Amino acid sequence: MPVTQFPTRADGVADRMAGFISHLRLNGINVGVAETETALLALDAINPLEPEQTRLALKSICANDADRYARFDELYNAYWYARGRRRDRNQTAKEAPKEKDRWSNRSLLDNALQTSGGGTKDTPDSNPDGDSEAEQSGDGKLIASTMFNINKADLREFMKSEDLARAQQVAEQIARQIRDKRSRRRRAARRGATLDLRRIARKSVASGGEPLHLFKRQKPDRPVHLVALLDVSGSMTVYARVFLAFLKGLIAADQRTDAYLFHTQLVRISDALRDGDTFRAVNRLSMMAQGFGGGTKIGTNLDLFNQQYAANMVNGRSVVIILSDGYDTDPPEKIAAALSRLKKRGCKIIWLNPLKGWKDYQPVAKGMAAALPHLDLFAAANTLDDLSALEPHLARL
Amino acid sequence: MTIGAFGKQPIVLVFTTRLKSLLQQASRGNSREALWGEMMSWTDVKSDLENKGYVASDALAMALYLSITLERPLLLEGAAGVGKTQIAKTLADMRQTNLIRLQCYEGLDSSSAIYEWNYQRQLLSIRASVDSDQQDDIEERIFSEKYLLSRPLLEAIQQEVPPILLIDEIDRADEEFEAFLLEILSDFQISIPELGTVNAVSKPLVVLTANGARDLSDALRRRCIYSYVDYPDRVTELAILNKRQPDINARLAEQIVGFVQALRREELEKKPGIAETLDWAAAISGLGINDLSDDPVTLQASLVCLLKTQADQAAIPTEIALRLVGKAA
Repeated sequence: MPVTQFPTRADGVADRMAGFISHLRLNGINVGVAETETALLALDAINPLEPEQTRLALKSICANDADRYARFDELYNAYWYARGRRRDRNQTAKEAPKEKDRWSNRSLLDNALQTSGGGTKDTPDSNPDGDSEAEQSGDGKLIASTMFNINKADLREFMKSEDLARAQQVAEQIARQIRDKRSRRRRAARRGATLDLRRIARKSVASGGEPLHLFKRQKPDRPVHLVALLDVSGSMTVYARVFLAFLKGLIAADQRTDAYLFHTQLVRISDALRDGDTFRAVNRLSMMAQGFGGGTKIGTNLDLFNQQYAANMVNGRSVVIILSDGYDTDPPEKIAAALSRLKKRGCKIIWLNPLKGWKDYQPVAKGMAAALPHLDLFAAANTLDDLSALEPHLARL
Repeated sequence: MTIGAFGKQPIVLVFTTRLKSLLQQASRGNSREALWGEMMSWTDVKSDLENKGYVASDALAMALYLSITLERPLLLEGAAGVGKTQIAKTLADMRQTNLIRLQCYEGLDSSSAIYEWNYQRQLLSIRASVDSDQQDDIEERIFSEKYLLSRPLLEAIQQEVPPILLIDEIDRADEEFEAFLLEILSDFQISIPELGTVNAVSKPLVVLTANGARDLSDALRRRCIYSYVDYPDRVTELAILNKRQPDINARLAEQIVGFVQALRREELEKKPGIAETLDWAAAISGLGINDLSDDPVTLQASLVCLLKTQADQAAIPTEIALRLVGKAA
C-alpha cells in the first residue's frame, strides 16, 4: 500500500491540504480557499485513514469538470505519494490562467488534432514549440508582435495550441454574429419584456374592462444556423487542424450548428466535437479522420449530404459553409448539380478556400469553377485575418 | 496538530482539539442530519442505494455522501442515459421525501422557476377594496405571501421535510438563469424585491444534472460537489440489469450486457444508455428469446430499442450485430 509521507516542516493537516490545493492550482485546476475548507470538513466526515476514501472525497470536491475529473487521480498520486516531486509536467504553470477559459475541454481538441493532423504530440521531451515558449515568456512587446504574426501567417503554419485557441475564438465570434439576428418588430409571445396593449385591451372587454390577462410582446429570434462541411483530403491536411479548431468554435457558439468532415466519405462530427469526454472524443475524431490523404469526392459528398442530412438540417435560415480547396476527383458537373440542389433549399452557401489568399490565385480547378455560380460568398481562408474579415460579409447575408 | 505516516500505516490524522471543535461547530445545528437520521458512512449510502435498485460507483456514492453531510449541491455530468436523473428519484425513494423536479429548457426564466405574483388575484383584490376603507394598506396586502405563486425552487426551500430538488439538464437553461441559481444554492434563500428575503425552512438536497450542451460557469461548479458519471463497466451493468430485471436468466443477461458494451465501442451517433439496455432486455425476454444468436431477424428488429437514429441503425446491419453477439459470448 502506498504511504504518504510528510515533510517535517509541514504544519499539520490544514497546511498539507493547503499545499495540495495549491499543487492543483499550479496544475491548472482552479481551486481556492473555499475548497480547502470544504476538503477539511470532508476529512472529518469520512475516515481519512482509508486512502481510497480520501481520494474519492477530494476528487468530488476539487475536480469540478469532466476534464479535471479525468486528470485528478494522477495529480493526487503525485502530491500525496511522491512528495510533490512528480509534477504533471504536461501542464506548466504558464498555462494555468488559461483554465479559466470557457473551453475547459480545449485540451481535448488539441489532442484530437494532434492525433488526426499528423502533428507530433506535445510531450515535455519533444516539445515542438519549445522555442516559442521562451519567446513568449518575455516582455509584452514580444507577445504583441507574435499576435500580429498569428493573424498574418498562413494557417498552414498553425501548430501551436494558442493559435488553435485563437482560431476557435474567431469562429465563435463569427458564429455569434450570424446567430444573433434579431427582428426589429415585436410579436405576441408567451413571455416578453413589453406588454401587448392591443391584445390586453381586446381581451379586457370580456371582463368588463378589467385587464385581467396580461399579454406580452417580444422581438422574435430569427436564428440563423450554421452547417459546416470540412474537406480533410490530402491537399487540405495542412489546414485540417486549424479548421477543426474553427469548427469547434462554430459548434460551441450555438446548439444548432452542425459540422461534417469529408474526404472520400462524409462523416457527421457535431456530436464528437461536443463530446464532454476527452478520451472518447479524441478517439472518435482520429478514427473519423482515417481517410486523411486520400482523394476528395466533393460532388459525391455534397450529394450524400443532400440526401441524408439536408432535409433536417438545412432550410431558408441556414448558412452552409464549405471549407475546401476545390480539388475534386469527381466530374465538375457533379459539384454544380449538388450545389444547385442544395441552393434550392433556400440556404446561403459560403465557400472558404485557403488557396484564394495566395497571390495570383485563379479558381481554375474545374470543380471550383463549376461551383462559383452557386455561391453567395467565395472567400479566402488562409489567415486568421481573412477569417475574421468574414464577419461583416456574413452579417449581411 | 500532527500528521504523519508511521511505518506502513496509511495517513494518520490527529486533530487538535481546536480544529475538532471547529469542525463540530460547523456540523452542529445541522437540521438535515437530524431529520435524515445518523448517516453512517459513504458505504451505507452505496448499499442503501443498491437496496433501492440503484447500483452506484464508489466515486458517485462518495460524492453523494459528501453532498449530504456538507450540505452542498451535487453536480452530475455524463452522457445521456447513464442514470443521472434516476439517482435523484432513488434518493427521494430512499429518504421517503418529496422529489421536486425542475426541468430546464432554453428560455426558462425566474417567473416559471422561482416565483411569480398572482396578478389576477391582486387585481381582483384592488377592485374589491375600492369602496372599502382599507385602501391605505392595500399595497402591503397584495404583495404578501398570499398573492405569491411559488414555483419549484421557492417551493423546495419552504418544505418542512427537506426534499430532493432535482434541477435537470441545467446546461440547457440560459446563463442568466444560472446566475439566479447561485443565490439559492449557496445561501438557500431567495430575494423577492417586494417582500424581502425568504429563508429556507429546511435545506433541500440539490442534485443538478448536465450533459455538456453548454459549459457551466465556474461559479456554479465551485459551489457543487462534482461527479462524472460514465457508462457502467460490464460487471456494474450486469449488476444493474440483475437488480432491475431479476427474472432474466443469468446467461442471457450476460449476453445482453456484453452486446451492449460491445455496441458502445462501435462508432455510433448516440450510444445506448442504461435505460436502453433495460428496455432492450425487457424486449428480448418479452419476445421469448433465450439466446441472442438464435434468431438474427428478431435480433435485428429488436435493435430499435438501442439504436435511436437512422444512421446508427444503418451502421449496425445484421452481420455486425451477429459479430457483436459473438464477441459478447
